[in-house]
Amino acid sequence: MTTPGASGAVAVSDAVFVRRTPAPDLAPPFASTGWIGWVRANLFATPFNAVLTVFTVLLLAWIVPPTVRFLVIDAVWTGTDREACLASAQHPHLGACWAFVTEYRSYFTYGSYPIDQRWRVDVFFALLAFGIAWVLWIDAPRRGLGALYFFAVLPVVSFFLLYGLPPLGLEIVDTARWGGALVTVVVASVGIAVSLPLGILLALGRRSSMPAVKFLSVIFIEFVRGVPLITVLFMASVMLPLFLPPAWSPDKLIRALVGVALFSSAYMAEVVRGGLQAIPKGQWEAAAALGLGYWQALRFIVLPQALRISIPNIVNSYVALFKDTTLVFFVGIFDFLKTIEVARVDPVWATPVTSTTGYAFAAVVYFICCYSMSRYASGIERRLAVSERR
Amino acid sequence: MASIAVNGIEAAPGAAVNDAAVEIKGVHKWFGAFYVLRDIDLTVRRGERIVVCGPSGSGKSTLLRCINGLEAYQRGEIVVDGIALGNDPKRIAQVRREVGMVFQQFNLFPHLTVLENCTLAPINVRKMPPAKAEEIARRFLKRVRIPEQADKYPGQLSGGQQQRVAIARALCMSPKLMMFDEPTSALDPEMVKEVLDTMVELAMDGMTMIVVSHEMGFARQVASRMVFMDAGQVVEVNTPDAFFNHPQHERTKLFLGQILK
Repeated sequence: MTTPGASGAVAVSDAVFVRRTPAPDLAPPFASTGWIGWVRANLFATPFNAVLTVFTVLLLAWIVPPTVRFLVIDAVWTGTDREACLASAQHPHLGACWAFVTEYRSYFTYGSYPIDQRWRVDVFFALLAFGIAWVLWIDAPRRGLGALYFFAVLPVVSFFLLYGLPPLGLEIVDTARWGGALVTVVVASVGIAVSLPLGILLALGRRSSMPAVKFLSVIFIEFVRGVPLITVLFMASVMLPLFLPPAWSPDKLIRALVGVALFSSAYMAEVVRGGLQAIPKGQWEAAAALGLGYWQALRFIVLPQALRISIPNIVNSYVALFKDTTLVFFVGIFDFLKTIEVARVDPVWATPVTSTTGYAFAAVVYFICCYSMSRYASGIERRLAVSERR
Repeated sequence: MASIAVNGIEAAPGAAVNDAAVEIKGVHKWFGAFYVLRDIDLTVRRGERIVVCGPSGSGKSTLLRCINGLEAYQRGEIVVDGIALGNDPKRIAQVRREVGMVFQQFNLFPHLTVLENCTLAPINVRKMPPAKAEEIARRFLKRVRIPEQADKYPGQLSGGQQQRVAIARALCMSPKLMMFDEPTSALDPEMVKEVLDTMVELAMDGMTMIVVSHEMGFARQVASRMVFMDAGQVVEVNTPDAFFNHPQHERTKLFLGQILK
């Protein structure tokens, strides 16, 4: 301040300062931009940070090469039985036995669904993929129609397609013969499609000012959350038939579906409640002051914001639900993991690597599904964050 | 709604049998055991602009919120545009359609664009065709001088702009009465004027207004009557001229002495 000229300002006295020219634009220091800046800021910012970086690199060097060698380089891709996958002169190192997975791919997909009827499962997968794409693609045309298709048409069509409708020439296929990815997809889809709407209703119920509604919602949520899923499934499959006459007792798979759906709804309710609570009271009031009713305020103002806040937790619940579907195998339903369990003990393919390969395959499949969900969710989050800048 | 002289102290001329926009008769309200509104009597005639002031916690905002049913009251009666409010959800909904409200914290819907904020209620409450609602919204956005912001989100606007959007949003419902709950208290000093100017214009067009505010310059300029509240009671109702120059009640004198310095 006391050096006139240098700062572009004229100091009249120590106490008075008037800027005559604006401060010039200076480029940032070299070491803070570009890749060098990035490395310095992110990998070696502090001694502890540098140690972590080195440690991580060593850990990756220790884990990645043997994994790649087992799964890809030493792997056996073709073959008709265990001989192909055993160690031999041409094949000294044991690797993953993908020939086993190829051999069993139909079983992993359809379980014991009759071979001549498997086209029905393929059609179901196609219809489901179409519905998912329509609903998830934000810029898709006629999304309202897409939702109607996904939540109303698809479940009914799928049921008759998969279970059968004799008048149309679709023979009945008992759910006991369903298996593999088909069952996993059915259980997960039903759980995902039911738990969000039901969870929203339960969350609203829990926040309701009507004591009866609130009480019932709290009881349901707390009871279900206080019990492990496996218990819910056992209760659905073992205890329910004790109370109901045999003619009334629903199918085993349906019982498991109901169990999974109710279980995940209780968790979803708490996730949605967190989102609802984050919406300032002023939003409700502004909506009310404009003449919007409770359901309109909910639909146009509160839920869109609450659900957006909840996306990470909703997807977290979905991922957990998708993986929890494997528990249905404890009540004797042949889901994807159970079919691998069955196949891996087949003596025709008995090798030291069969089980490892089977589980590695399961891991890859589950990872792809769950990771896609989380990637999609973060894409949506970024997209909806436009209005976040406040 | 008859347009009236800008500085007119009288209410709308040609007072008919029911020229009251709002009648508040003997209203009492408690928050639990806390007595917030004590025997409030106040009639707002059509075209009148009432400015309510008073220390914080005196019940100004609560009174405003009772008029459009955001708060329930336990005793007395509020009649808005001939509709007795009571606790009937149907009549409350009816009243809310006719009463616009502007909040201290704007309360815009952050996930909707400015235009969508303005068209949401006309489309869904008044069942207006979207094209018409948009046309009206654009007209009001132009009137509050932010037509170019229509497609932005509220978070991208300054506080003053947001509050003007909130005013436009309320006007899009073509309300018979506009209520403002400390509309400039949350604004940076530089933004206060643009909001007040908008409100002055609205007053000049003859809008019936109830404004809770401590902007005394604004009050002098547009108020038909001043209402001073303290501890849940109406302490003094007077013309702005008399209110500022010759306050009657000791409490009013003390309050004005504090805020006018």
